[in-house]
Amino acid sequence: MAKTVTDVICPFCGTLCDDLEVQVSDDGTKILEVYNACAIGAEKFLHSQAKDRITRPRMQQEDGSYKEVSYDDAIEYTAQMLANAKKPLMYGWSSTSCEAQSVGHEIAETVGGVVDNTATVCHGSSLIAIQDVGIPSCTLGEIKNRADVVVFWGCNPSHAHPRHLSRYSIFPRGFFTGKGHKGRKMIVVDPRNTDTMKMADIGLQLEQGRDYELLSALRVAFRGEDLPDVVAGISKERIFEAAEVLKNARFGVIFFGMGVTQTLGKNHNIDEAIMVTKDLNEFTKFSIIAMRGHYNVTGSGAVLGWQFGFPFATDLSRGFARYNPGETTSNDLLRRDEVDAVFVLGSDPGAHFPISSVRKIARLPSVAVDPHITPTTEISKLHVPVAFVGVEVGGCCYRMDNGPSESRKVVEPPEGMMTDAEFLSRVRDRVGELKGKAPVGSPSTAQVQGA
Amino acid sequence: METVTLTIKKAPTLYLEAEATTPDALAGKSLDQIRALPVYMGNEEFTLGEFFEIAGAPGATAADTRVVVKGDVSRVKYLGMKMSAGELVIESNADMYVGAWMTGGTITAKGNVDSFAGTGMKGGELTIMGNAGNYIGSAYRGDWRGMQGGRIRVKGNVGSDTGYFMNGGEIVIEGNADVHVGTHAEGGKIVIKGNAKSRLGGQMVEGTIVLLGTVDVMMPGFKYVRDEEIEVDGEKMTLSLYVGDLGERHRKRKGEPIYGKLYLRPVKAGEDAAAREARLARAREAKKARFAPPEGSASA
Repeated sequence: MAKTVTDVICPFCGTLCDDLEVQVSDDGTKILEVYNACAIGAEKFLHSQAKDRITRPRMQQEDGSYKEVSYDDAIEYTAQMLANAKKPLMYGWSSTSCEAQSVGHEIAETVGGVVDNTATVCHGSSLIAIQDVGIPSCTLGEIKNRADVVVFWGCNPSHAHPRHLSRYSIFPRGFFTGKGHKGRKMIVVDPRNTDTMKMADIGLQLEQGRDYELLSALRVAFRGEDLPDVVAGISKERIFEAAEVLKNARFGVIFFGMGVTQTLGKNHNIDEAIMVTKDLNEFTKFSIIAMRGHYNVTGSGAVLGWQFGFPFATDLSRGFARYNPGETTSNDLLRRDEVDAVFVLGSDPGAHFPISSVRKIARLPSVAVDPHITPTTEISKLHVPVAFVGVEVGGCCYRMDNGPSESRKVVEPPEGMMTDAEFLSRVRDRVGELKGKAPVGSPSTAQVQGA
Repeated sequence: METVTLTIKKAPTLYLEAEATTPDALAGKSLDQIRALPVYMGNEEFTLGEFFEIAGAPGATAADTRVVVKGDVSRVKYLGMKMSAGELVIESNADMYVGAWMTGGTITAKGNVDSFAGTGMKGGELTIMGNAGNYIGSAYRGDWRGMQGGRIRVKGNVGSDTGYFMNGGEIVIEGNADVHVGTHAEGGKIVIKGNAKSRLGGQMVEGTIVLLGTVDVMMPGFKYVRDEEIEVDGEKMTLSLYVGDLGERHRKRKGEPIYGKLYLRPVKAGEDAAAREARLARAREAKKARFAPPEGSASA
């Protein structure tokens, strides 16, 4: 027999689907089946059941082999590494709960480190643009119920956010959108003919790296000025046509992804896209939303913002928060040899960073906290496996539209495994001892563990 | 004018933050007091004397003080930050934030400087003999007030985002500039004697950009008005005036919108298409070169 846990939050992408059903064994130790999730989400749940899962910390030896160590030893090693570093980089945070993030940030403040999350190679440029010009945004629910023109700019949700189209943006029938996808116009802007592009009513396949020019051309078109014959490889007639569709929307939205945030211009592309949205609000109601990747990268920005005032790349080395992407961002710190220890939790820079940065991590004292074996854990001196957040332990997560949800525990973690929050609390307490200062007003380890 | 010489004696293991190297910080102090000034590496504080050999004597006021920084300071940040008077000479390459938020005095950097030089600058003169990084004369993150006054001259090339949110002062670049020059500019003047890449004057509200070389891709929101004779860096020349960015907001005077001004060399008919073709050909060549197998490697 088996029991079914309903309304489970999927801890994979920023869409944060909240309608999953997970069948677990009666004793609550095994996941048998996952319903409603996309292939990636289901795999995340099922992967926690892998037979070869690492359940104890392991230290890399001189010869590259691993030696199992206790959690106590791992905590001591991590605390010593962080406390002795002049400027440790504490990177990741996007695949863990807000509770764990806040404890991690306390450690960073105590040791004088840098906290950076995956936005640094993802939507960090969007955050820069938002700080520069603001953002007119809305929730995904509003899009489901109201949007009749949906723009996907430089993103491919068919593959990266598989249930986004069916749950929120294109297919669902909402309160004012009773015809579902038949009542919606879908505009896709991408240099490649992606699977999302193939579904589009208007597909603008632009010249690579010319998003800024095309966005600017749309703004010129909104103002009734003339344009050059071709902008970004698109004829001016098509740009005027697209501008008319956008202006005549009842409620429109622009979703944007890595195609604009990490190509030429970066934050400027988003800046211009936000200004397009602002301009469109002269004619109709328009919103813009970032297609955030990791399920809780938005939460990481929210927690960092709450604690230090900046959403990523926060340098606490001199006892006050500084933020300047280009200087305090992980890759710049690694490239310029400005950090002397690396702590990674809830992300995989080994897979996502340029190889030059990965080599730098491999040469530094490093700790990776991750339930999986990843390229990062392979190059780190110490790998600390932890329970899966959203599967084996609950916690607060933020959806891509900045709405918080409480993820659920559906199954017990393997015997004796620690959670992110427990491990971080122990490290925080030990770092506090080493640095001779107890963090003020923070709950003790015992309270966090509920003991 | 009195001179203090700071000679770096050991390279920092990571980098050094040395904002206490301005004439303002050193003026009126004894050499021992100067040696005790703080510098920072990560979360640790050191003294200026631990990293620098200090000689000479400062003047009584910042205006009377000349600071000469010798040795390799390519890992030393904040040189000349918030300086208000006097003179700073950097003999070699310097790291980020040279002359950031400076309000007066002169800085001469004889080598290259990294990014964020002249960030939020309000006055004074900053001369860079080598190349400069990104964000020269720009706003600090989140600030809408970039460079507001003073003059920056770069003899070499500059990176991207020159004059971001600039609203006063003048930047002269004798070499080439990377993308995004004068983005969000609301005033000030940028002269580029070399070539520029794309996004020149994007989202420009007001201000002036003069480009004497070529531009890879023009922003769509600039329209040609007329040819004008103007003075560029002391030289009179006739250039074509374009106004824009037409997609951006513009205030009006007597009912007429005030645009940002972009001056380019007059183009002959048909040259635009030829330039585009040449650019695409260059890009194809570059791509081919990038994917070509390295010489001497066996084909696997």
